[in-house]
Amino acid sequence: MVNLKINGISVSVPEGSTILQAANAANVEIPTLCYLKGVNCAGSCRMCVVEATGARGLVAACVYPVSEGMEVQTNTPKCRQSRKMTLELLLSSHKKKCLSCLRNTTCELQRLSLEYGADEDRFAGENKETPLDTSSPFLIRDNDKCINCRRCVAACKNLQSVEAIGPIGRGYAVHIGAAFERPTIESNCVGCGQCIVACPVGALTEKSNTDAVWKAMADPDKKVIFFTAPSVRATLGEEFGYPVGTNVEGKMVAAIRRLGNVEVFNMDVTADLTILEEANELVERITKNKPLPMFTSCCPGWIKFMEHNYPEMLGNISTCKSPQQMFGAVLKTYYCEKNDIDPDKLFVVSVIPCTAKKYEVGRSEFHKDVDVALTTRELARMIKTAGIKFNELPEEQYDDPFRIATGGGAIFGATGGVMEAALRTAAHMLDGKFEMIDFKEVRGVNPIKEAKYKVAGITVKVAVASGLANARKIVEAVKSGKKDYNFIEIMACPGGCINGGGQPTLSDSIRNSSVDLCGLRSKALYNLDKKMELRASHDSPTIKMLYNEYFEQPGSHKAHDCLHTEYTPREKY
Amino acid sequence: MKGQNLGFQGTPEQAEKLKKVIEEHKSTPGCLMPVLQEAQAIYGYLPIEVQTMISDGLGISLSEVYGVATFYTQFSLTPKGKHRISLCLGTACYVKGADKILAALEKKLGVKCGECTVDGLFSLDSCRCVGACGLAPVMMIDDDVYGKLNVDMLDDILQPYREGKK
Repeated sequence: MVNLKINGISVSVPEGSTILQAANAANVEIPTLCYLKGVNCAGSCRMCVVEATGARGLVAACVYPVSEGMEVQTNTPKCRQSRKMTLELLLSSHKKKCLSCLRNTTCELQRLSLEYGADEDRFAGENKETPLDTSSPFLIRDNDKCINCRRCVAACKNLQSVEAIGPIGRGYAVHIGAAFERPTIESNCVGCGQCIVACPVGALTEKSNTDAVWKAMADPDKKVIFFTAPSVRATLGEEFGYPVGTNVEGKMVAAIRRLGNVEVFNMDVTADLTILEEANELVERITKNKPLPMFTSCCPGWIKFMEHNYPEMLGNISTCKSPQQMFGAVLKTYYCEKNDIDPDKLFVVSVIPCTAKKYEVGRSEFHKDVDVALTTRELARMIKTAGIKFNELPEEQYDDPFRIATGGGAIFGATGGVMEAALRTAAHMLDGKFEMIDFKEVRGVNPIKEAKYKVAGITVKVAVASGLANARKIVEAVKSGKKDYNFIEIMACPGGCINGGGQPTLSDSIRNSSVDLCGLRSKALYNLDKKMELRASHDSPTIKMLYNEYFEQPGSHKAHDCLHTEYTPREKY
Repeated sequence: MKGQNLGFQGTPEQAEKLKKVIEEHKSTPGCLMPVLQEAQAIYGYLPIEVQTMISDGLGISLSEVYGVATFYTQFSLTPKGKHRISLCLGTACYVKGADKILAALEKKLGVKCGECTVDGLFSLDSCRCVGACGLAPVMMIDDDVYGKLNVDMLDDILQPYREGKK
């Protein structure tokens, strides 16, 4: 351990720690901008400058290592002056359209400028007028708001190993973009949105679809259906001041109901449905010697990643549609037929933690079954626009017939959740007497998890990875024959959907602290699972109803037509 | 800067050469720079086709290759002409009116700085100090140095290249 003092406060930290980590341990906050815990540590923005004994001039706390007996001052006139100057220089060429910026009030540059009293007009910099990149259905890049912190580049490279974007050019001309200035949609971007949640300012935002939803709700010819993904209940509360990890399912349903004349369904239902189809497919692949391992298919970012990078392995991905697309298909077939509704008049809105799902709804093979995918952030904005006092709302339940789902469906939103839900059902399919419900080995936010289970005399070898960089490790290990699994769950975002690219962007001061965001959010889902009477997807009465009334049995001809899909090989770049 | 699209015309021999270069450097850390330099020597410039070959060969993402290629002025994304004009815009040349020479060259050749004429005869680039400040303003065409330039001299200088005498 190394002993040092931060602003006179004694603190001991492990050798090799940075001043920033030591300050965190001493409960002293140092402002940061380009630093993001677990994502980017470059020491380039100079916001975190401090004075330290033994150092010449100001040093960047995020990269400067501590030493024995060091005395650090974080709040001297020199530090404050330097930080203020840094902010004013950044603001000199920043597009200051703060009022209409989606990051207004959650922008780190704005927050720090206020704290340091920076004058946005002190220096008149060059104001470029770079066209927005609106080419993709999931994100908008406004490089005139970009501060070149590279957090998006680091997220794309370090977390996701996608490397769709990088810095281009030099000096004042440097900007972030895809190789050869390709628009996002023509690049190998998978749409995961981790760059959006990494961005400290408004340079990267989701492409908002709220207007289309307001319009549909105002159209008397349209019947508007909302359904919410498993993880949204665990994160939406953050937008309304609830502590991280609060399950606000009841208030969320009540809030959506108050947006207009809509029905609110539970997407956990089609998570359960996915499990039935996927478990059936797994059992079939295992017992009939079809291609193994089988990869899960519920994550559209992961699907696009495979289409670009490993087209030769598309046959190993489950053919099941994602729960979002299954829901769209169920609504526009079964639900419309049963209720005698013209599918063209049904306007289907999914609320999801994800930006890649905005891409997924537009894939031609899905025929617009889901009209619009809204992120958690967009739903929060709609609730605020509608003047709904979220915190005062009663707890309400989803609408029938898609109300009741199981714990298996709920945990879909966290890494390992799809695997566990699938194992509950697959084990039951292989051995009707198998009673295990908790598969704890696949839980937790570790990037890669492995386990073996013995069911009906068969050893089922499974692996779970989240974050595409970890997914790539698994795929490479499988490809080279180093690892041998039967079933692999992949979620593109680190920690799973609870940390998706469409989730609330919490402030850096929370994200850089010791708060375990993924852990707390996923705990909300596992707590829900634990207290539910129905834990395994195949026990759901809603699922039984769907098969009895429409799909006959998992893997049936009708199920294949409606609930399964295929994939498209794509260029690497 | 986006590459000027004059159509990529790489030959199998060039591709073979580049492949060899990549194999030679592959295992050395930080090999991207030398590979880009040699690739530029082979092709004269670094179009997307060449950068993709380098990216695939070295296992470095295309965005990173492109980032390095656009960072250094020594790399060109546009093809170079048969004759390469390089005008010094260093301090001494600049105060002696190199900006006017550049404007005149751009007008005469019908290209912007960094581009290549459609007939492929000339490419025009600027550089920083060729070490002949006493002759400012200075330009080089291929390996020949022309000093104490003024706008009126340019036609006479370009003429022999146009006639194929140089």
